[in-house]
Amino acid sequence: MIKRIFKNFKMSTILTIITWTIILSFWYIITKLEIFTSTLVPSPYKVWTTFIYILNKGYNGIPLIIHLLASFERLFIALVLAIITAIPLGLLSGYSRRVRAIIDSIVEFYRPLPPLAYYTLLILWFGIDNTSKIVLLYLAGFAPIYIACVSAVTKINMDYILSAKSLGADSKKIFFKIVLPACLPEIFTGIRTAVGVSYTTLVSAEMIAATSGIGWMVLDASNFLKSDVIIVGILIMGLTGILIDYGLRYLEKKIVYWKGHV
Amino acid sequence: MTKKDRKSLIDIKDLHLEYGMKNNSIHALDGINLKIRQGEFLCLLGPSGCGKSSLLNIIAGFIKPTRGSCLMEGKPITGPDWHRGVVFQSPTLYPWMNVRENVEFGPRMRGLPEDEIKEIKDHFLEQVKLSGFGEKNTFELSGGMKQRVALARVLANYPQVILMDEPLGALDALTKVNMQILIRDIWKENNSTIFLITHDIDEALKLATRIVVMSKRPGKIIKEFNVAFTHELFENPKYTIHSDEYFEIKEEILQIINSQIEE
Ligand SMILES: Nc1ncnc2c1ncn2[C@@H]1O[C@H](COP(=O)(O)OP(=O)(O)OP(=O)(O)O)[C@@H](O)[C@H]1O
Ligand SMILES: [Mg+2]
Repeated sequence: MIKRIFKNFKMSTILTIITWTIILSFWYIITKLEIFTSTLVPSPYKVWTTFIYILNKGYNGIPLIIHLLASFERLFIALVLAIITAIPLGLLSGYSRRVRAIIDSIVEFYRPLPPLAYYTLLILWFGIDNTSKIVLLYLAGFAPIYIACVSAVTKINMDYILSAKSLGADSKKIFFKIVLPACLPEIFTGIRTAVGVSYTTLVSAEMIAATSGIGWMVLDASNFLKSDVIIVGILIMGLTGILIDYGLRYLEKKIVYWKGHV
Repeated sequence: MTKKDRKSLIDIKDLHLEYGMKNNSIHALDGINLKIRQGEFLCLLGPSGCGKSSLLNIIAGFIKPTRGSCLMEGKPITGPDWHRGVVFQSPTLYPWMNVRENVEFGPRMRGLPEDEIKEIKDHFLEQVKLSGFGEKNTFELSGGMKQRVALARVLANYPQVILMDEPLGALDALTKVNMQILIRDIWKENNSTIFLITHDIDEALKLATRIVVMSKRPGKIIKEFNVAFTHELFENPKYTIHSDEYFEIKEEILQIINSQIEE
């Protein structure tokens, strides 16, 4: 069993490595053959040197780390707000049909909307600064966490609650000792989805209106046809996205180590 | 003190239960009269779907009867209560708590002092032969061990009656026999009162002081047997019973249940 997992792990790692080797060599060959101009498709080497340059000198005189921090500050504030509001509201909705009837309809209405559709409105209302972006990201992150909480509560094993009652727990203790932990695995999945959705929304938002941030850097570069900077930006976004999810998965393993055994 | 003189703990009178609404209802229990007396080991047998779990759930306070009364020491049962401990067929241990925390759950919920909680936990983990497993995760245990933790968790509240719904139904034959011995020993040692549902006639004969047989749905009590094999087996757990009485009662119960299924 262990051996098989190990083998599978190696197998999938090898496949990932092969995939990326192919993509990189394809890219390299295309630029080597000069099928497109280097303004359209810069060579891997060019992108690498640009990355090193941006790392050292920043972009537009602003260090890369400031761009990243600007993005993550928005993301972080929005997600913290989403977590502390969506979890209680979601759990409450799971408990009470009435609360669900109210909140569900709102969430279901705005969730399928493309965020950029109402982003312009948010800019009108909250200005072009951070507030409108944080509200946008908050809305994007709220829905997945809320939905996960509702589903977790409605799926909870009733025997957990009944056994807790006949062991002498009152409703408040049942909520904190039984319902909340029983919902945690799904809440975590919800948070991971929320982070993913907010992250993509963030980059789009910065591309529409911002003066800093990793999304803005890419947009600004495209105005000046700096495709090497665009690619560096995209790679940074992709890698940070993977890193964030990796961190969350690590936390998940630590906190809900019993996931799958409910 | 003879059996009849023993204090009756649970009094069920003319109990009816219907699930669902008027024209779409399932008549589950039909005029149940039953007493559970202090210190007895009562086993409930009956064909599948006859309402055994429903009866246990009413005694536990999980559901309310449609008609009739279910009293504990003269007072109506209005909801779940730690005086009536419940062991489910699949152990409902909380996976986010380790074995120790699961066993301590009841006493802790009731706000007992910390040193008393610890004493209780040590005592009952030892009684179910799981001392040293306290810090294990529940999902690392075997089915039999899980059920022992579930039992210890219920015992930790010193309930006046322990209700068990096919607690050994999911275990393999060997584990089952060992668990039967363990349950009997605990019942004797703690002077507990146990109400146990099973579909295994031998299990009932080997454990019970009284066996109640139910009809098919709507469930009625059709026969009661007072038996004492459990005392013999307590003295000598490895002993196999050869008495004619054992086989006569077993045969009779089998016939009752089969006649209920065939009809
Ligand atoms: N919540 C419920 N709603 C509607 N019908 C129910 C419900 N619970 C049980 N029933 C029905 O009531 C009848 C008795 O069910 P119960 O679970 O008490 O039987 P049982 O004797 O415990 O069966 P088994 O031996 O299979 O465990 C069954 O026909 C069942 O389908
Ligand atoms: Mg049942």
